[in-house]
Amino acid sequence: MFKSEAASWFRIYEMFQFKSFHMYGIIGSALAIGVVMIQLIKRYQLKSAYGEPIVIPDKAKSFYRYSIGGTIFGLGWGLSGACPGPIFTLLGAGFLPIMVVLVFAVAGTWVYGLLMDKLPH
Amino acid sequence: MSSNLRTLCTICGAGKNTDFFKFDWKTQQWNLLVAGGAIIGGWIASNYLTIDPSVLIHEDTIAKLNQLNIKSAGTAYLPEELFGMDHFLEPKIFASLALGGLLVGFGARYAGGCTSGHAISGLSNLQLVSLYAVIGFFVGGLLMNHFLLPFIL
Repeated sequence: MFKSEAASWFRIYEMFQFKSFHMYGIIGSALAIGVVMIQLIKRYQLKSAYGEPIVIPDKAKSFYRYSIGGTIFGLGWGLSGACPGPIFTLLGAGFLPIMVVLVFAVAGTWVYGLLMDKLPH
Repeated sequence: MSSNLRTLCTICGAGKNTDFFKFDWKTQQWNLLVAGGAIIGGWIASNYLTIDPSVLIHEDTIAKLNQLNIKSAGTAYLPEELFGMDHFLEPKIFASLALGGLLVGFGARYAGGCTSGHAISGLSNLQLVSLYAVIGFFVGGLLMNHFLLPFIL
């Protein structure tokens, strides 16, 4: 995460400016590998290291929660330059102010939990 | 990754009043370990595997950021103006980081996932709903980047 620079606010800014292939390359190559691996897992019914079958459940079908929630997330992603994964990475890398983002991200999740019954899903 | 934010709420006791957080957080230990790994990975990568952490973004982007008073573009990993130890406690900066965090946390759980859950795992599993989420991510990100950041920064 750190070395790929996916945790860098600058790369996220650049991504939304469409000025480089960089971030698209990271997401795209992860997707390419992911699609192939999941198909292999499903076709050959591969088992986990514990010998259990790997089951990847389908996500609940809906529209509003994904599009509205996604847009809200995107606004935050564009502002803070970080998704949850990079937040932890940056913490480890010693960028202590990211703790502000982390604490408020947990708070935002809590607010969602409180309001979720009132939101369109 | 965003499920860890929910787990953290549960560990802090949010489950006492809110059903969404009423679950046995110990079943999510594997996921917390991934987050812990990300922290360790960030530590190892920045301290031992990086000589120069500057992120060399496109010169047009550097110019644009300079116009927005972000002068550390091209010479740092994170903008000093937002994440620097001598800046992040300034009210406007702190509020921006806090708002960013709030939107990420709220939005990710509302959408049932973040970039790792939808853009990577969901799309890899050919889930149409993940495409809705990813389109949402981009709409939000573009709105922020092109229309809102110029006012916030």
